[in-house]
Amino acid sequence: MSANEEAARHREVRNAWALSAPALILLLVAAIGPLFIMLVYSFLTPGQYGNVEWKFSWDAWIGTLYSRDIFDGTLKLADAHLTIFWRSVKLSLLTTIITFIVGFPTAWFIATRSPRSRALWLFLITIPFWTNLLIRTFAINEIIRNEGLINSVLMWMGVIDQPINMIYTDTAVFVGMTYVYLPLMVLPLFASIDRFDMRLLEAGYDLYASRWQVLRRVIVPIVRPGIVAGSILVFIPALGAYVTPRILGGGKNMMIGNFIELQFGQGRNWPLGAALSVLLLIVVTIALMFYVRASTKGTNNG
Amino acid sequence: MTTDVAVEARNAVKAFGQGETAVRALDDVSIQIRKAEFFTLLGPSGCGKTTLLRLIAGFETPTSGQILLDGKDITNDPPNKRPVNTVFQSYALFPHLSVAQNIAFGLEMLGRPRAEITKTVERMLALVKLEAMAGRKTSQLSGGQQQRVALARALAPQPKVLLLDEPLSALDYKLRKEMQLELKRLQTETGITFIFVTHDQEEALTMSDRIAVMSAGHIQQIGGPREIYTRPVNRFVADFIGETNFLSGEAGEGRVTLASGDVVQVEGAEGRKGKVTVVIRPEQVRLAEAGAAETIPATVESLVYFGTDTHCHLRLKDGTEMVARLQSPASGEAGLQQGQSVGLRFAPGAARVLED
Ligand SMILES: Nc1ncnc2c1ncn2[C@@H]1O[C@H](COP(=O)(O)OP(=O)(O)OP(=O)(O)O)[C@@H](O)[C@H]1O
Ligand SMILES: [Mg+2]
Repeated sequence: MSANEEAARHREVRNAWALSAPALILLLVAAIGPLFIMLVYSFLTPGQYGNVEWKFSWDAWIGTLYSRDIFDGTLKLADAHLTIFWRSVKLSLLTTIITFIVGFPTAWFIATRSPRSRALWLFLITIPFWTNLLIRTFAINEIIRNEGLINSVLMWMGVIDQPINMIYTDTAVFVGMTYVYLPLMVLPLFASIDRFDMRLLEAGYDLYASRWQVLRRVIVPIVRPGIVAGSILVFIPALGAYVTPRILGGGKNMMIGNFIELQFGQGRNWPLGAALSVLLLIVVTIALMFYVRASTKGTNNG
Repeated sequence: MTTDVAVEARNAVKAFGQGETAVRALDDVSIQIRKAEFFTLLGPSGCGKTTLLRLIAGFETPTSGQILLDGKDITNDPPNKRPVNTVFQSYALFPHLSVAQNIAFGLEMLGRPRAEITKTVERMLALVKLEAMAGRKTSQLSGGQQQRVALARALAPQPKVLLLDEPLSALDYKLRKEMQLELKRLQTETGITFIFVTHDQEEALTMSDRIAVMSAGHIQQIGGPREIYTRPVNRFVADFIGETNFLSGEAGEGRVTLASGDVVQVEGAEGRKGKVTVVIRPEQVRLAEAGAAETIPATVESLVYFGTDTHCHLRLKDGTEMVARLQSPASGEAGLQQGQSVGLRFAPGAARVLED
């Protein structure tokens, strides 16, 4: 009897592994493989025309934060690098915060509609995914550049007589990223608000909580998994964003993604590019660990 | 007299929707609920019990009319400004908080000092006998325990009035009986006005000081359980509360001639003329030998055994059906027989006349 059960369980486990084997192999080859190559490359010496020389060196890792003086060879903090890191983190955080502030009421609005109109609103939210990111970003470019829609209209109306310079600034990058990542904030927020029991609002009001207190003490703690998931889904891709800062930030307002690309392209410093990639990965992993902790804290079942 | 009143509704009307499709959930309801009273709203589904409760709690504003608390007009106060708490039918406990934190919530929102909150929470936990569960998540409690947390949470801020919307309907029979006693005990101990909603008439009769019987947005009758049961003012109340025999007849000369042709003396028949309905509770019907003096002849249709009681289904000469509830005879004793002819009479003062 129990031996039979044991055998059945073993068979089940074996089947489960067999079924997931293709996915596991794909993950191993396509994700872990390149990561491993990156890690190895970050400890090698740059080749003259790109690529790497198989000679061990710490230089790439030192180079992520320091630059070597051309004349006396002393190490100095690389201000340019720090500016890029800081801009990446700042813009990503800002994007996360603004998409949350805009996305929360949006998600709330959708979750409180009737089931039929809800489907329509969700559909509208996902429409941007139907178009290529590049095209969407160029569309924003078209709107905010000096000869673009906003400036033309304002000048035509006579509100301004010089175009406002918006393109190729941090603000442009930030606006673009907010637009691109907003759905990634709204969808997980919607999912958790949808599960929120609206009767708890009345319980809160009944127990003398003001609207603000109901929001802070009842709604936010209960939909927190959605907030954390949305923030992570926005923050992580924003941190490694490439297309948006490239098109809306021009060459000057680089973020980490562009900086890494530069090393593999014109910079011809593949090990530095690899080291920067691994660094980015570490930051993202820390953010993910924070996510796991925050979303499981206090909810020990489900 | 007016200082006695905790909650008052004055001509409260609540309509949902507009124009043709509008539903009058409450239609001109006026009611006075006294301090420290266990008051029950009783009525069939959809009669507006919850709506009245929500008007008092402040979740809805009346279409017209007023709600008063301690003589003060609170019609337009939001729920968080009313010293009134609710025990929700679904309990609506906060899933992210422990039992103790749930109970403390209202006190925290009122900005009470920490020490006071701790003390009150402990007292409440003891009151509902959940001391051992203080640190648990509410999802780890049984239905009855959740019910008690909801009660403690609503009682902790010491509201002037506690509203309970069918709080026992989700519990099984035994737990329900237990909680009925518990609720009654809590109400007497705390001296808080309880407004209790139920559609279970037995529950209403056993627990309440006074009952309001509602139907279709109207209050039909307000009174103590005994009054409501023994002196229903109309057919709806008589039918809704307990089992009743309805006999149609003609009133005249202080007596009623039933459809069967039998003449009975009935309270309330004086000065009436024309078609009336006589109501008599099954337990007030007495059986005697067939042909005994001052009895109505009938035959026994069937007998249904209910433990202590036996329900005896009777048929009068004209085919009118009636039920008499009799104490079951001791075992072995030969009782009534099916098909037997009997005479029945009404217990003195028990039968009443209602207008149709
Ligand atoms: N928000 C609303 N919108 C429209 N109609 C409503 C609303 N709330 C209640 N009603 C209607 O008002 C009437 C009274 O409802 P209410 O909930 O007060 O009944 P109830 O006596 O509590 O019934 P139950 O015993 O089933 O809980 C019903 O006909 C109901 O359909
Ligand atoms: Mg109801």
